Amino acid sequence: MDDTLLKISDLEIVYQTDLETVRAVNRISLEIKKGRTLGLVGETGAGKTTTCLAILRLLPDRTGKVLNGEILFKGENLLTMKESKLRKEISGEEISMIFQDPMTSLNPVMTVGSQIYEALKYHNENKQSHAELEKRVGEVLELVGIPARRAKEYPHQFSGGMKQRVVIAMALACEPELLIADEPTTALDVTIQAQVLAMMQDLQDRFGSAILLITHDLGVVAQMCDDAMVMYAGEIVESGTAEDIYESEQHHPYTVGLFGSIPDLDKEVPRLTPIDGLMPDPTALPKGCYFADRCPYAEDICREKHPEPVHLSDTHMIMCHRFKGEEASV
Amino acid sequence: MEGNGVRRGRLKEFWRRLKKNKSAVIGMVLLGIIIVCALLAPILIPEEQVYAQDAMTRLLPPSAKNWFGTDVYGRDVFARVMYGARISLFIGFAAAFLSLITGGTLGAITAYYGGRIDDIIMRIMDMIMSIPSTLLALCIVAALGGSAVNLFIAMALSSMPQFCRLARSAMLSVVDQEFVEAARAYGSGNIRIIFQEVLPNALGPIIVQTTQSIAGKILTAASLSFIGMGVQAPQPEWGTMLSEARPYMRECPYLVLIPGIFIIVTALSFNLFGDGLRDALDPHMKN
Amino acid sequence: MLRYILKRLIEIIPVMLGIAFIIYAIMSFTPGDPARLILGANATNEAVENLREEMGLNDPFLVQFFHYIWRIVSKGDFGNSYKSGQPVFQEIFKRFPVSLNLAICGMIGSCIFGIPLGILSAVKQNTTTDNIISVIAMAVVAMPSFWVAMVLVLVLSLRLRLLPSSGATSLKHYIMPMITIALANGCSVLRITRSSMLDVIRMDYLKTAKAKGVPNRVVVWKHAFGNALLPVITTVGTIFGSLLGGAIICETVFTMPGIGALIVSSIKSKDIPMVLASLIFLSAVYSLVMLAVDLLYAFVDPRIKAKYSGK
Repeated sequence: MDDTLLKISDLEIVYQTDLETVRAVNRISLEIKKGRTLGLVGETGAGKTTTCLAILRLLPDRTGKVLNGEILFKGENLLTMKESKLRKEISGEEISMIFQDPMTSLNPVMTVGSQIYEALKYHNENKQSHAELEKRVGEVLELVGIPARRAKEYPHQFSGGMKQRVVIAMALACEPELLIADEPTTALDVTIQAQVLAMMQDLQDRFGSAILLITHDLGVVAQMCDDAMVMYAGEIVESGTAEDIYESEQHHPYTVGLFGSIPDLDKEVPRLTPIDGLMPDPTALPKGCYFADRCPYAEDICREKHPEPVHLSDTHMIMCHRFKGEEASV
Repeated sequence: MEGNGVRRGRLKEFWRRLKKNKSAVIGMVLLGIIIVCALLAPILIPEEQVYAQDAMTRLLPPSAKNWFGTDVYGRDVFARVMYGARISLFIGFAAAFLSLITGGTLGAITAYYGGRIDDIIMRIMDMIMSIPSTLLALCIVAALGGSAVNLFIAMALSSMPQFCRLARSAMLSVVDQEFVEAARAYGSGNIRIIFQEVLPNALGPIIVQTTQSIAGKILTAASLSFIGMGVQAPQPEWGTMLSEARPYMRECPYLVLIPGIFIIVTALSFNLFGDGLRDALDPHMKN
Repeated sequence: MLRYILKRLIEIIPVMLGIAFIIYAIMSFTPGDPARLILGANATNEAVENLREEMGLNDPFLVQFFHYIWRIVSKGDFGNSYKSGQPVFQEIFKRFPVSLNLAICGMIGSCIFGIPLGILSAVKQNTTTDNIISVIAMAVVAMPSFWVAMVLVLVLSLRLRLLPSSGATSLKHYIMPMITIALANGCSVLRITRSSMLDVIRMDYLKTAKAKGVPNRVVVWKHAFGNALLPVITTVGTIFGSLLGGAIICETVFTMPGIGALIVSSIKSKDIPMVLASLIFLSAVYSLVMLAVDLLYAFVDPRIKAKYSGK
């Protein structure tokens, strides 16, 4: 299919220090199509943020290493592209990113206007004049509901929710085809969360951008996403369309644990339910299924052999020994 | 006491880390060589070689007899440089030690008692700090007269405020901790608490600062002697030697280079050792 | 803002008084009799004793200090030089421009040497580049500046005959002093730049900037260094402040008629009013420089500006 925007395959990332090697992302593959929204769900430390950072090559220089895999954006491998080309033609232009904490993701010594201006300036293909770009800064701010005159203010003069709006304005300034949002609402008040999400959706409709949305919040996935993936210990343990995740009878035990029950679109599940136990130590992953120690259904095979992905349908995949193709049962 | 075992274990761990640190080892080796030179100088070289003038042997280049050549008064530069190590090391150690004692005590007092005493002492320290420290040392030397002893006193006094501040903040970070509270609750005397509980725990950063400051002290001492405001000729102080060599540096560059290199190596070894010490004492402080 | 400046200026006054007291006390220990110094060795004991009485040298120490301060406050009179008999500030003002030029050159030199290397070693943290830079910095820090100055004179003036070795009459005269000061002080600029950059370099807003497509060079210099600037400014300001009076070594080796050289020669000739006035003047200048540094913060960091304005 030609409408694939981003295709990650077999991506493997480690953080290497003198002392240890943290296996953050373990051979994951995913695909985002134009204009669709993909939700990435999982506990802290599952490797979601690492995956996002890798797309725009923002992993920490010395420690973060991509061992394997490729990240194709419209057919071009971002991992092997020259960095100057990536920054100039992809970053901010076609792929934008929103970070978790709006408090720290704006430069405190520059006005918000000049920070948005920067995004426009470095992707100024139409050779617009300074005044035209300035005007555009105002428009973008208005778009996220901030009066244009506040462009001259500094980040410390904005509240958390307003800052996140600025960050979103900055990310959308060049009308990117893909927006990566790393828990965009986690740091915000509940009331502000809804506003910010509604705004993102509104802007998505307007520009037709695809979104890769990372979240803790299953309600958000239900509200925003076309597709969803569940990550655990650097692996994608279940993926499918929103219907697959919310309507299907069959689930990875971890997903079940996350939802506290079989997920149901009609039932309110505001937050992930904590599961007993801890994620395996990413410096020493077990040889069997990574979830085996916390899994209520674990059998001998789970501790012996790492499970392969099982495709239950065209869209629905589960990585668990309990499922074997179409005829699996819960 | 059972604390002793823990302390010994910590010391061992510290020593292991120090040995692994390349710069610390290089620093220690260089420092060892210089200290040995300083200690052996009076045994191997008769003192008269340092002072005896001889018009016949003026400004000779380095040779088998005079390894580092001779100076304008015909004295053997090698002998003078070796004896010079004694003066520089003495001034460096003594000045660092004195400023550590005075500044450290003041800092401990301010941190422990707080309130008025803290305010007054820190105000005075701030005042002293806003006089450039070389100038302050210069004034003190001027008032006391130029000699090695007065020089180290001058430098110790002028760098006392830094130690006071450091000791104060190091203390403050321990004073509030529980074991001090506990000692207070048991009714231990103030002085006893300072020496038994607070000082040992605040010692790390203070030792590092002391070691690192020795290099600066040696450099300042040489500078002051160089401009004639420190150790006076004919003492074989390195700065004084350079000052004497200045008119002849075109013809005899070795007179300038050799004592200079000794100053550099000495200061460098203290810096390397100090940095290594810091890393070994607190591996987290590294960056 | 204005209020803040005013408050700070008022705060300087007691500090200056304290400094004057400390220096006055130290200098009062200086051996030698000023009256004898002024009148010369041939004067009669009686004449010396009269002058002592006239100068108030027989009064208790605190009374003398009070008179000294009172003359300054009431008449702006810092006394006359024992050596020339002229008011001390005549000489100080005559020499200040040289020290100022020297301090400016030295400061610029230190920044040129320290900032780029500091940034480079932070960006390349723990690589070979970083290690090489820190080795160089260590070696340079260990060089006494009078020795560096002598070696420069030896090579650049005496051997290559490129630069004049003494005086302060042309820009050329400032090149070697600038290098000397840059080497002596640039290392502290380098160190603070490196550590401050390391604090900033992991910040999220740098990721944001990169994600926006800002080129690496701009991310490092504008976004990272822009935020790492405060400690660097403090260090550079301190260097500048102490250079204004502390370039003693440079002024001595290169025989430049600045205030540092004036203080040394005045101390040697026991010209106490001159020493006192120069030191008080320099400390005042130093305090003003530090105030300027604080104000500069406001221009670098809008959050601090907001604080100063009392918002």
